[in-house]
Amino acid sequence: MILQRKSDVFFCSLLIGVLLLCLMFVDAAVGQRLDRQRIQERRAIVRALALTDLCLTTEARYTRHPSMADLHTPFQDHPLSLDHFPSGAFMAPPPHLQLQAGGE
Amino acid sequence: MGAIEKQRHILDFTLSSLGRRKGKNIALIIVYTFVIFLIASVLFLADSLKKEAAQILQDAPEMTVQRLAAGRQDLIPLDYIESIKAIKGVQSVEPRLWGYYYDAFSGANYTLMVNADLNDHPGAILIGAGVTRRSEPGKPPQSLRKNDRIPFKTYEGEVLTLQVKGGLPAASELVTADLILLSEPDFRKLFAFPHDRATDLVLTVKNTKELATIATKITRIHPDSRPILRNDILRTYDAVFDWRGGVILMILSGVFLAFIILAWDKATGLSAEEKREIGILKAIGWETADILLMKFWEGSAVSLTSFFLGIFLAYLHVFLASSLLFEPVLKGWSVLYPHFRLTPHIHSYQIAVLFFLTVIPYTVVTIVPSWRSATIDPDAVMRM
Repeated sequence: MILQRKSDVFFCSLLIGVLLLCLMFVDAAVGQRLDRQRIQERRAIVRALALTDLCLTTEARYTRHPSMADLHTPFQDHPLSLDHFPSGAFMAPPPHLQLQAGGE
Repeated sequence: MGAIEKQRHILDFTLSSLGRRKGKNIALIIVYTFVIFLIASVLFLADSLKKEAAQILQDAPEMTVQRLAAGRQDLIPLDYIESIKAIKGVQSVEPRLWGYYYDAFSGANYTLMVNADLNDHPGAILIGAGVTRRSEPGKPPQSLRKNDRIPFKTYEGEVLTLQVKGGLPAASELVTADLILLSEPDFRKLFAFPHDRATDLVLTVKNTKELATIATKITRIHPDSRPILRNDILRTYDAVFDWRGGVILMILSGVFLAFIILAWDKATGLSAEEKREIGILKAIGWETADILLMKFWEGSAVSLTSFFLGIFLAYLHVFLASSLLFEPVLKGWSVLYPHFRLTPHIHSYQIAVLFFLTVIPYTVVTIVPSWRSATIDPDAVMRM
């Protein structure tokens, strides 16, 4: 019996962990190669339709098209209408808006 | 006895000792694995979204020009096209007509966009994969098919019925889930859109190095305009999902700090049984260094097991289960939600960050307080 001692079992499980980690890297590399076609299709659609943003959330216009948003969109209807959409909580404002706000 | 053999004996003993408190240690490994799983999932998801955005949006318009009115985006007059075209270096200027439509039937928000190819087919629309799942709230989705009709309420109160002529490729759902492409006459009729206005303008330039100069010239000619460069779009997605800033990191650091407190508490508040164990070990000749070594192996066994399990589960969660647990957060109040699978992207930097954020602090937190218990007089410990 090879795994007679508990330390043998521990080192074997460590080895399995490292192998799983390596497998993740291999899987990611294979996935990236297989997905090239899909990425090309998406790029073609973006080019053909002149799209500017990913469709990650559709609840608010400033999170549906964050790159097209202006500084005031989270206060959509009046100055104290604060951002109330959940997606606004995890999406940071675009850097070009921050630059404008700070630089002008 | 060789140094390696000594370490193995200590490790054998440590693992037996952990086995004697099976319930407690399994509970600890489950919590620890979950913390690493959460942090790793956020890292993997944010990084893959950023990479995907960077790859897909490489072909986004080189420059988009909006018009602002009272600080908010407004419709842009079509006569801006001529003056912008006259700027040296501008190759083409095309108006984009797009907007949002709230569908009262399903409660979903759609992005409606004019596609020139449909101008000869008024009444026809092409829909994104998310729109095909249009359904009444609370009812199972009925897939929209070719030739199905969708009624839209125009801004003048009339009903405009448009017929589905086809769907956009499912592979493009990450960018087109909520998209409805329609003809210009239908778009103008639906939104009572003025004929001399567009939503914004998209530009191509002869030399991309001149983009910033052209943008400056545009704002000089039209001070009410706002040019957005392709680089701004790319940087937006780099910043929007930056895990190092914002609420995500705050929440995760809270979770991690709570875990560190738990680990600290566990290590400092050694149970009577653990203290007796240390006392007996010292009484039979173990050195303080050996006990610290035992604690080091204990911390390593727990943290490395949780680390590998957490990372592996996070990988499966993000890249095979499409971040199922994060869906409610990403979805928010959206009725339409894209179903997409991300291309796996992981790199050694992420794994190193996770290792130094999780395994090292836990191991240190376990060893340091144990040093105190290891230096107690064995006789006093065994009498407790």
